[in-house]
Amino acid sequence: MKFDTIIIGGGLSGMTAGITLARAGQRVAVFSTGQSALQFSSGSMELLGQLDGQNVERPTEAYDSLPAGHPYRRIGKAKWLDLLGRVQPMLSEAGINTIGDSSRNRWRLTPLGKLKPAWLTLDDFATFTSPGKLPWRSVALVNITDFIDFYPQFLAPTLERRGVKCRQESVTIPRLEKLRQSSTEMRAPTVARLLDDDAIRQIAGRLNVIARDVDALIMPAVVGLRDDHQLTLLRRLIVKPVYFVTTMSASVPGIRIQMQLDAYFKKLGGTLFPGDTIVRAEMCGDRIQAVYSVNHGDEPLEAENYVLASGSFFGNGLVALTDRIVEPVFGLDVDAPGARAEWYKPDLYDAQPFMSYGVRSDDSFRPSASGKTILNLYAVGSILGGCNPIKEGCGAGVAMLTAMAAADRILE
Amino acid sequence: MIDQLNISENNFEQCIKCTVCTVYCPVTAVNPLYPGPKQAGPDGERYRLKHRDFYNEALKYCLNCKRCEVACPSGVRISDIILSARNRYSRGSAGLRDRMLAHTDMMGGLATRLSPTVNGLLRLKPVKLAMDLTLGIDRRRTFPAYTPRKFTTWYRRHAAERQERFANQVTYFHGCYVNYNFPRLGKDLVKVMNAIGWGVQLMKDEKCCGVARIANRLIKQATDAAKVNLREIGAQVEAGRDVIATSSTCVMTMRDEYPHVLGLDNAGVRDHIMTATRFLYNLVESGRVKLAFKPDYRLHAAYHTPCHLVRLGWGIYSTELLKMIPGLQLTILDYNCCGIAGTYGFKKENYAYSQAIGKQLFDSIAEAAPDIVATDCETCKWQIEMSTGLKVANPISIIADALDVEATRQLNNV
Repeated sequence: MKFDTIIIGGGLSGMTAGITLARAGQRVAVFSTGQSALQFSSGSMELLGQLDGQNVERPTEAYDSLPAGHPYRRIGKAKWLDLLGRVQPMLSEAGINTIGDSSRNRWRLTPLGKLKPAWLTLDDFATFTSPGKLPWRSVALVNITDFIDFYPQFLAPTLERRGVKCRQESVTIPRLEKLRQSSTEMRAPTVARLLDDDAIRQIAGRLNVIARDVDALIMPAVVGLRDDHQLTLLRRLIVKPVYFVTTMSASVPGIRIQMQLDAYFKKLGGTLFPGDTIVRAEMCGDRIQAVYSVNHGDEPLEAENYVLASGSFFGNGLVALTDRIVEPVFGLDVDAPGARAEWYKPDLYDAQPFMSYGVRSDDSFRPSASGKTILNLYAVGSILGGCNPIKEGCGAGVAMLTAMAAADRILE
Repeated sequence: MIDQLNISENNFEQCIKCTVCTVYCPVTAVNPLYPGPKQAGPDGERYRLKHRDFYNEALKYCLNCKRCEVACPSGVRISDIILSARNRYSRGSAGLRDRMLAHTDMMGGLATRLSPTVNGLLRLKPVKLAMDLTLGIDRRRTFPAYTPRKFTTWYRRHAAERQERFANQVTYFHGCYVNYNFPRLGKDLVKVMNAIGWGVQLMKDEKCCGVARIANRLIKQATDAAKVNLREIGAQVEAGRDVIATSSTCVMTMRDEYPHVLGLDNAGVRDHIMTATRFLYNLVESGRVKLAFKPDYRLHAAYHTPCHLVRLGWGIYSTELLKMIPGLQLTILDYNCCGIAGTYGFKKENYAYSQAIGKQLFDSIAEAAPDIVATDCETCKWQIEMSTGLKVANPISIIADALDVEATRQLNNV
């Protein structure tokens, strides 16, 4: 099979590259071993939330303070600023509507009741322009009865400290009652699958009673698994604003984002290979001639260019063996110290060194194997390393911006 | 790579408890009694390894669609874990009904001999009611009709001899469905392959692939049949012939469940077992053969990817082939399970779940409003025909219908 570009990895980074290339008329294939880290999405995408332990208010102004090896610095400031403006329109073309601005972070409410800086957030989520003052006098925190992955008691103190009166409520309907027979399966996506139009109407009836004497309702994100049809319906039926907070995994909004990106990619003519793993490459000098997958065996999968968006350790883009860290598909050079003891710090909450490991690559994000740059391969997203997405709050930004930068190179 | 450190055969150590599998499980969505793939699979396995009493009989609700495995980011063979656990730990043996449903070849052999009577009987309400009450086969289910003349009989009498004149040869694993219910599909395959200059051979001895036996806990019977098949496939491969099938499930079973569930080594032949559409696509793609289609052919088909073909990752071969037909308007439906899962949907206790699972697919078919539904799986065909009223055809049959045989033969110098 022949394509213009083959992308390895179907998460936020791989799909961004795929969409960018397919929109430009390329024939693109995305191979994805399984579902991606998007399944744990908070509903927000971060550009840059923290630097040197301090919250970042204005990410674009903080750019110059980033270390030289940071993927953003390697994109180059002018290009980076240009790419920033393309993200929100791309998401909205895929049907993903967000609010946010790269010149000024908003503040999102985490499931554990923290306020954290965020760049783009799904427009039905609770975010604020400042962490000090919230736009409500009173809210109702409404859980689904017996739903175990949403904690109003953690959210209430945060809101009350900022002068918001909180009431904790719960609602249920008969079909959700049935779910309680198997408490381990009372997970956000399972709840979401039962909430069709009829169920939304039933729930809306109860929510409207609760909504009477509060300014807004805050609910776990358990509505809208495939698209935002039910979300729109719910918000239309409720007399007060409804805001969502993400739940423990798996994340309903994250799954929705994934499905919307996949659907948009396919609509643009892209081909998805779900559940398939690229395992090896055939080289011709400094170029990849073909790659081979588990499912397609000896069938060569050929392309002009290849994008490696296989993620970090979770995506198996990097694999930690007992004595070394490797990139399993191409055997790329990895920037990581040899000794296992240096990979991590004993305190879980420290900045963990392994989080910033990645493959070694040139200024165009083309990685090398045994010191030689592979000329038609681009590494994008978290496999690049050079940053700590958890500590810096930059995972989604790195995923999307490096993917767009690489796609632009391919299209040049 | 890290798998080398595993102690299990099915990679369950790699489960990171992310619950992604459960999101994509069609059973969890409709049946609260089913513990879901994570609990039923890797979570439960930890306990079952300590003591068999931790086995939960609700694992029978798994329909082995393998969507959990496609979704798993860590390569855990969740569905294989569940199937193996059912076979290893479930108390009691398979009952009469399950044995009857599972022995598709023996029942087929009997039924074809009496096909007019059997077909008539299986359509009668009192018979269906009796089977429902005595056996637990749901009365609402439509049975596939049996053929009066087996595919193998037709092949021996009308096709075998002329296969010899072709320089290229491929072996066809027809499966129970083509042999006992629907020889037309096998004939279509022979027609297409012959038109491009390839002869079609059958194995000397072909047994049921065993998928229904595995699903119904008849492991010894499945293993015995699988050993014969592997021996026969080995002989074909040795003679330089690949083995192709028009049933995606037969292919998945022989490639993946033989080693993973039955513990049989098929490494030497696995790469030579494939769907007919993959084989044909590769011939066309590599420029070795050309297809010519009837200029006046017109059809709107909606293509449904069977779960086992999703797992194989080979839906693309079928859809790319269909796209080659100029007069065919093709709608590719989203991946949704049809709900029947072979013998699963025939069982009384599963019927309602089966139809509830399939609803999304049936709705999307209704929305596409095609002339015909295309799919590579026979049980998907039964389910979709029964539930939507539309005709369902294998892509090979659609190609056979659309093919301009004379023009194709000329293009390939046949």
